[in-house]
Amino acid sequence: MSVKQNTVVFKRIVKTGFINFVRNAWLGIAAMAVMVITLTIILFSIIANATFANTIQQITDRIDVSVYLNDSVTNKQRDELINNLKGLENVEGVTYISKDQALVIYKQQNAGNSDLLTAISQTDNPLPASLQIKPRDPNRIEEIRTYLEKGDIKALQSDETSYSGDRKQAIDKITSATNFFRQAGIAGIIIFAIISMLIIFNTIQMAIFNRRDELTIMRLLGASTNFIRGPFIVESILYGLVSGVLSIIIIKALFTISARTLDASSLGILDIDYSDTYFKDHFFAFLGLQLVVGVLIGAISSLIATRRYLKFKSSK
Amino acid sequence: MILLDRVTKTYNKNGQALERISLHVEPKEFVIIIGPSGAGKSTLLKLLTREEKPTSGKIIVGGIDYETLKDKEIPLLRRKIGVVFQDFKLLPNKTVFENVAFALEIVGMGNKEIENTVPRVLDIVGLKGKEKRMPEELSGGERQRVAIARAIVRQPRILIADEPTGNLDPKHAWDVIRVLEKINKFGTTVILTTHNQEIVNKLKRRVITMEAGSIVSDRAGAAYKG
Repeated sequence: MSVKQNTVVFKRIVKTGFINFVRNAWLGIAAMAVMVITLTIILFSIIANATFANTIQQITDRIDVSVYLNDSVTNKQRDELINNLKGLENVEGVTYISKDQALVIYKQQNAGNSDLLTAISQTDNPLPASLQIKPRDPNRIEEIRTYLEKGDIKALQSDETSYSGDRKQAIDKITSATNFFRQAGIAGIIIFAIISMLIIFNTIQMAIFNRRDELTIMRLLGASTNFIRGPFIVESILYGLVSGVLSIIIIKALFTISARTLDASSLGILDIDYSDTYFKDHFFAFLGLQLVVGVLIGAISSLIATRRYLKFKSSK
Repeated sequence: MILLDRVTKTYNKNGQALERISLHVEPKEFVIIIGPSGAGKSTLLKLLTREEKPTSGKIIVGGIDYETLKDKEIPLLRRKIGVVFQDFKLLPNKTVFENVAFALEIVGMGNKEIENTVPRVLDIVGLKGKEKRMPEELSGGERQRVAIARAIVRQPRILIADEPTGNLDPKHAWDVIRVLEKINKFGTTVILTTHNQEIVNKLKRRVITMEAGSIVSDRAGAAYKG
């Protein structure tokens, strides 16, 4: 065929795909309903996972190690220790809290307890100055502790670091739990995505199975494989596009409704405000993702589904 | 035009559909194949359109040897043969016009040419004015005429009609047969299978009788006998 003929054929395939899309509306709606639901679930699980990860991040952000300094530690020794700590790979930041600041914090924390306040005001300030060390990765907090346990550094400290005893156990539990939830979230998305794709694939296969006679007739009339298959692929891609857009609209609507009806912006572990912001920030990425996924699943599944009805009998 | 040389088709261990069929059809001939159900008429036609492959034997149609035919070339072969099926095989989602136009779209004909050609052919089969109907809105006779229009619109050198009158009342059956005669007059080789005794007797053409997978008689201008 000439280039001109190829263009004619291509236009024809696309046009027929559009016409079929309109004419098979009822069958198409069933297929699209399934696609919309599954695409929405995938998108929802991505947002839920991000929100959950954010909550986990907020918890782990609170994990730090406090080092209590001897009153005898000089400013020079203190600055040297801070600099050395900041040089450690896993240290994100170090905050110095002087004796006076510690006292202010203590008073604030115990504002309601007059006995404790009286007790502390009658003595000279007993609270040590401290360094709050923020780890980059809470999983490797032990490295910071090991450094602090070194002889000459240990000598500067008035007490055990905060990462010891009960508090150490609690931190270790939180980090292992958050690790588990992070992995579970990602595994959840992957499983949802796989199941969704199988469902969509199956739906399109069913839709094409219903029209297998058409494929056979076209074959008997001498239509080439691409000419038969093309419109089906175009039609399935349209299903994917429409479903992708609809799923985005549904998620958007859900956020709008929930923002209106829920005064409290938090539903237990899920922080709706964060979800909404996350969705808005990534809107075009999500739209693109839904469209690409919809189009790809539509194209691939119709390609595979039509194949079996387009085979020539080759057995003797 | 059509040459079959000792063609045998076996479906499975027991089912011998065709047994050593040899047949020669000249260009522009009008051949009627008759015989009881299960005699192998449909199998023979399916071999000609390469819907089935023979178990053994040689088939040459319009100079194409089916033995050397690749899968990719089958569509090209089918574009040279017009086929009318007993069950019409119209595309349910397409209008009358689109069903006929589809045969031309396949071969990459331009839109303008299609718009000129299709109405002419619909006129020949008597379906003028019904271009926009869907197949489900048509009577059996009308559907069969759409199928014929679709088969002849590409002006094939061979037209195969598998019991095209099987589902029609006598008046419509004759309409269909007249169209086939007209096409044959224009130079197309026609192969027709039928059960209709009246048609066979009135047409006075070459009649091939099949029974149990074999050709039992092959006579010019023969009459139908049971």
